[in-house]
Order: sequence, then structure tokens, then C-alpha cells
Amino acid sequence: MKYVDEYRDARLARGLVAELARKVTRPWVLMEICGGQTHTLMRYGIDELIPSQIELVHGPGCPVCVTPLEIIDKAIYLAEQPNVTLVSYGDMLRVPGSHTDLLHVKAGGGDVRVAYSPMEALKVAGALPERQIVFLGIGFETTAPANATAVWQARRQGLKNFSMLVSHVLVPPAIRMLLSSGRNRVQGFIAPGHVCTVMGYREYESLSQHFRVPIVVGGFEPVDLLEAISMLVAQLEQGRAEVENQYTRSVTRGGNLPAQKLMEEVFEVCDRKWRGIGLIPQSGLRLRAEYAAYDAEKVFELQDTTVQEPPECISAQVLQGLKKPTECAAFGKACTPERPLGAPMVSAEGACAAYYRYRRHAGAGN
Amino acid sequence: MAQFVCPVPLPAKDKILLGHGSGGSLGAELLRRVFLPAFDNAILAKLNDQAILDVQGVRLAFTTDSFVVKPLFFPGGDIGSLAVHGTVNDLAVGGATPLCLSAAFIIEEGLPIETLEKVVASLHRAAADAGIEVVTGDTKVVEKGSGDGLFINTSGIGLVPADLNLSADRAQPGDRLLLSGSIGEHGIAIIAQREGLEFESQVRSDSAPLHGLVAAMLAATPGRDSIRCMRDPTRGGLSSALNEIAAQSQVGMLLEEEKVPVREAVKGACELLGFDPFYVANEGKLVAIVEARAAEQILAAMRAHPLGRQAQVIGTVTAAPAGMVSLRTALGTMRIVDMLSGDQLPRIC
Amino acid sequence: MCLAVPGKLLAAEEREGSRLGRVEFGGIVCEVCLDLVPEAVPGDYVIVHAGFALSRLDAEEAERTYQLLAELEQAANQTPAAAPAAPDPSGRM
Repeated sequence: MKYVDEYRDARLARGLVAELARKVTRPWVLMEICGGQTHTLMRYGIDELIPSQIELVHGPGCPVCVTPLEIIDKAIYLAEQPNVTLVSYGDMLRVPGSHTDLLHVKAGGGDVRVAYSPMEALKVAGALPERQIVFLGIGFETTAPANATAVWQARRQGLKNFSMLVSHVLVPPAIRMLLSSGRNRVQGFIAPGHVCTVMGYREYESLSQHFRVPIVVGGFEPVDLLEAISMLVAQLEQGRAEVENQYTRSVTRGGNLPAQKLMEEVFEVCDRKWRGIGLIPQSGLRLRAEYAAYDAEKVFELQDTTVQEPPECISAQVLQGLKKPTECAAFGKACTPERPLGAPMVSAEGACAAYYRYRRHAGAGN
Repeated sequence: MAQFVCPVPLPAKDKILLGHGSGGSLGAELLRRVFLPAFDNAILAKLNDQAILDVQGVRLAFTTDSFVVKPLFFPGGDIGSLAVHGTVNDLAVGGATPLCLSAAFIIEEGLPIETLEKVVASLHRAAADAGIEVVTGDTKVVEKGSGDGLFINTSGIGLVPADLNLSADRAQPGDRLLLSGSIGEHGIAIIAQREGLEFESQVRSDSAPLHGLVAAMLAATPGRDSIRCMRDPTRGGLSSALNEIAAQSQVGMLLEEEKVPVREAVKGACELLGFDPFYVANEGKLVAIVEARAAEQILAAMRAHPLGRQAQVIGTVTAAPAGMVSLRTALGTMRIVDMLSGDQLPRIC
Repeated sequence: MCLAVPGKLLAAEEREGSRLGRVEFGGIVCEVCLDLVPEAVPGDYVIVHAGFALSRLDAEEAERTYQLLAELEQAANQTPAAAPAAPDPSGRM
């Protein structure tokens, strides 16, 4: 596939690895934010290729993993209503709520459907006027324009039976939170290339300056990530702290303006609780008041709940890069993809799932 | 910063999920938890695709398979032809020459008779092409809403040569893994038809009867022992088939990513949906574990056959880690090819 | 987080108030919403996520990056000492 295969080319990868080996003189701790990047790193064994002085820790860039438990429970509650059809991205179906998950609700007779695009949910709403269609609108900034379009179109079409349960999260506040923590060890960040395709990378410049950390916007293929790592190491070795763009074929500094405009029209920034981390101020998006008719929280008068969860798993520390999945006592034993204790083991992009699927060698928490 | 939060573990799962039928580890667990303890016998315990019975000096292979595919008609086949190919292949990978089939139909009230006629005609054609007949059958009708229009179960009997012993517990370190062709076509052809995921694709199901290919492979082997076992990687894909053999034989496997053929259109669909071709169903492919010294000969015989033109040696059996399938990526690094727990779901993430 | 794939825009049309495109990904063709990338025309490559095009792939930048990387790889080939050590599968996690 064009523009994919070239960035998986083994020779180009080897060239970058050799370049890295030449440049690096000291240990460095780097973090990739995006779950998709974690997936690539694990799937291609990038951490095996790079010089051992470079430590990669994985960030909270998995929107499935960080969707608050309360939202999952609300989605489950809605799916259990006899007149509701809940439509969701596939990733969310296996994520455990307080007592069950959407897949089990489906098994119990709930009308739960998977969609690749939120526009499918609009089609279902048009086809089934007697049912209430709710779309579980989660994701980072990458997915927000798609979800915004669905709501905007619903209003334009005057749909009376469509609403969205929104739980968007924003990346820059999460990075700010990580960098502000006294326990932060991360010295350089790979910023998420598709989030930045939408938002541009201006927001990262103040972070980079304020905290004196280099940030490189990276793509998702192995060659992209190796190049981004190489650019970070170059900055660190030279004592620079700037924002650079590796993923130039898709990302510009200003980002996608029509997408941002649509997000601005439909959503507003709000505080958001991140599962496994806690509340991060001004780190989420919710529907504006003008769109209340399409806000599932308002349409169904959902109560705000606080779910207290005893710390059964260490996903908090894994999501912040403080621990590796293999350092969790439950990893591979009490916690597996079949019986996940936490979201990072469920989502394909979760660090725990990635480690389990690709790295569960004998003797490493098996 | 607010306190760290983690989810409570789910209570013990007490319902059957769709994932239990997808050929992954959930299904394997169901087998272990419910079926094996109930049907406790040495033949079933081998967990091969077919049971090989010694009946008064004659070795018979016996297998059964149910077909619940939706949609009923798809590019490259339909539930009727699939029902023949699936059972013929389960016999074939046990080294059996298929003799005959049964076909039981569970029909949803309201199914147009014309649809049934089309399926039956297709089933008949597929059986005739495979040189066998449907000798017995059954029909049941269930109330509207209880099924996907039509379910079919086929059972098959075949004859196995006296000295042939293909079994998943026979793989040995040093053996080679042979794959008859490109993977992922059937699963992608099906999913392209599903609501919500419609895309135009030139991907056709690879549904085909493999007994001719198997016969060619057996004829090419220097000794009866050279082929240890064969599997057709259906639900759960290549990964499930290999993981099952690795577990039964208590060996490891090392695959070479570059050697596994995947067609461009399958790759494109998998990229879009976030699927891994290793977990996508095939209905006209087989994987064979063969003695190293026989690998070239058998490969040549496969490539000489219409259903094996793209055959490749895709890996080796290793002594350790036992039960684990590993892969050397295109970048030369190593990763595990795990058993999937349930269905692959299209993801954004 | 963001499974987005590059595909080639084959054709575009207005329908139901949106601009929709047929995009090819290695041999399969999917309908994609182009509203967020109004400048994309048939022949362009777009990056697609959840049924929406998010950017028009900059072919010149892609080419430039590729050339740079190819040169790097050439340079690495000429320096024997730069060859990386063989990966150790027993787990540097």
C-alpha cells in the first residue's frame, strides 16, 4: 500500500537505527503519547532495535483506556433500555464497566451495534424512527471532528431520535499534568500525529518552552517512530527543547481548520476525569448547550455518579508511564485479555494488551 | 490530583458470548470447561479437526461442522458451498478421502423457498465437484427471529490409509511450516458485506475443497511420517490453527512475517478496520507441519496444484517456548502471535 | 489512538449536503466524508479516520522524507561499525 509500505521498510529502519546509535551518548527517557504508536512499537519490536540507552515509556494515549468508568456505566445503562439502540466504535465493547461490559449487554438481548463511522449511527436513526439511537462518542481530538459532524448533521436533518454520549479527551492538558508531576522521568515526547493532523502543533510549543522538553510530532509506522525518536535524541544531545514535526506528510503547524471550526461549533472544553488517572481540568470536550437535544446525558437525564474503585490494578501508573505492564503482579495471571482487570488490557492500543499480545515471553509474567 | 482509580474485576462470566464461537481462546476455554469434561474420551481429547476411528480394520475419519455465515451469499460462495468445503477440508486435513456427507438444515420461518433452492443447488454442485454425495439429511424450521435465515450442519465420513497418522500432537522441533496460499480472504469477503462496514472489494472468499491438494502432498512425501499434521485455518485464522498445534504438541513455532502471503486488497481492508490478517478466517487454505527434509518436495507438489500456487514455507517448529507461536517481523525483531480471545472488532484506536 | 490510513481519492460527489468521496485503500474502495478536506481532488491521497478524511497527504513532503531516509540508509551501509546488534528475543522489556 502506497504511503504505508515505504514506512515499514526494513532498510530505512536500519539506517535510522544506525544513525541513532551514532548520536546517542547518554541515557534518555522518551514517551510516546498515542496508543496507536504504542501498538506499532510493540508490534514491530522497535524497543529491541534502538540503543539500550533509550528507554521508551508509554503514555495515556489510549482513549478507550481513559474513558471514565462512569461513561461506560452510562452507556451500559442506555443499552439495557428496551427502546434504545446503542452504536459504538468496536474498541469499546469489551471495556469493563463497574459490573459488566457492552458485549455482555448484547448477549443479554441489548441492541448494541458496532460502527466504523459515526455517520452509520445517523443512518440507523433514519431507518429506525421508532427507536432512540445513541452513539458512544469517545476519542481524542482525532475523532472529535467525525463525532462533531454526526451531531451537526443530526441537527441539520432535524433527527428526533439521535443523541451522542460524549466523552472526548484532549492531549495537551494530559502532557501538562504528566510534566507537572513530581515523579516525571520523561525527557522527550513523541506527540500524536493524527491528533496533530487535526489540531496542528501550536499548543505544544508553550508546553515545550515552559517545561524545557523537546516534542516531536510523530507518525504511526515503524520508520516514522524511529525518525521521531532520532529527532528527539538529537535535540536532547544538543540541549535543545523545541517542537519539531516528523509527520510532515500529514501534519502542519496550524492543523485542519475546517475540522477545528466544526469542533468549536459543536463542542466546548470542560473538565474531564481520566480513568486510571483522575480529574484533569479543562481536558475534555462536551456538547454545547445549543446541542442539548443531541446530548444523551440531557435527553435521558443521566445522573452524575461517582464510582469508587478499589485499586485492583495499577493501570494508573501504567498510563502515566511510571510502571511497565510487566511490573504489575496481576499481569498475565489475574489480568489477561480474556479477563481484563483494567482498560489497558482490553483496548488493542492499551499498553498492557500490547505487551501481553506481543511480548509475553516465557518468564516475563506468563 | 484526584485519587487513582481502577476497575473492579468482573464477576464470573455466565453467558455465552459471540466471541465463544470465533475460534479463539474463549472458545478453547469453553471446550475445556464444558465439552471435554462431559465427552471424556481419548479420540476427542486429541482435538483434531476430525476423529479417526478404527472400525473392524478400516480407518474412518468422521467430522461435523455447522455453518452460520451471514450473509448467506457472498463473493466467492454461499452457505451451501461453504458447508461442503468446510467438512471436506476437515476430512482432508486428517488425510482422509471424503466418502459422503450428511446435511441438516435449520431454516428460519419466512425464508423464501427460492433462497433455499439456490443454496441447495450450490451445495449439490460443490459436493459433486468434490466427488461425493449427500446421503442423508434433516430439516427443521424455527420461528422467525430465531436464526439468520438459514443454518446448515454437515457431517462427513472419509477413508484414511492404514499407515497415515496426521495429528496435532505430532509436531517436532525442526519441522517446517507450509502454508498453501494467501490468508484472510474469506473473512474480509464476508465482513465487506456487513452493515455499517460496507466497502467495495475485489476480495472473494477462497472457499474451496482441499482434498485434491492434500492427495498431491501425500503422494509427494518420501515417507508416511513426513507430514505430521495439517489444519485448515478457518475461524480464528492462521494464528489459532498454529497456536492449537503448538499447544497440543507442546512445541514452539517461529514464523517469518515476510513469507506469509497476503493480498493487497486484504491488507487494505485490514489496515482500515484495524484487523490483523493472522486472525481472519480462511476457507480454502491449509497449513502443514512437515519433516524438514521433505519440505522442498512437498512444497513443489503444492505449487503444482491449482489451490497451492502461492504455497510458501512460512516458518519452523522450535523446542521452546512450548506452546508459543513467535514471529520475526519484517524489521528482524521478534514478537508473539497470540491466540485471540474473541472476535476482532473494527477499531478507531 | 488514531487508526488513520492513507488512501487514494478516486471520485467525489455532493450528496445529502455533504461532499463524499470514493477512496481506495490497496484494492478496496470505501465511501469517505470529505467535508473536512475541501481542497482534496481526485488523484490526491487522503488520510482517513472513522470514515472521514482528516488531511490531504502532502506528496512532496512524503517524497522529501523518503529521500532523506534513503540517503541515511546509504550512509549507514557504508559504515560497517554502524550495524546494529542482532535483536535479543528473550525479552529486553
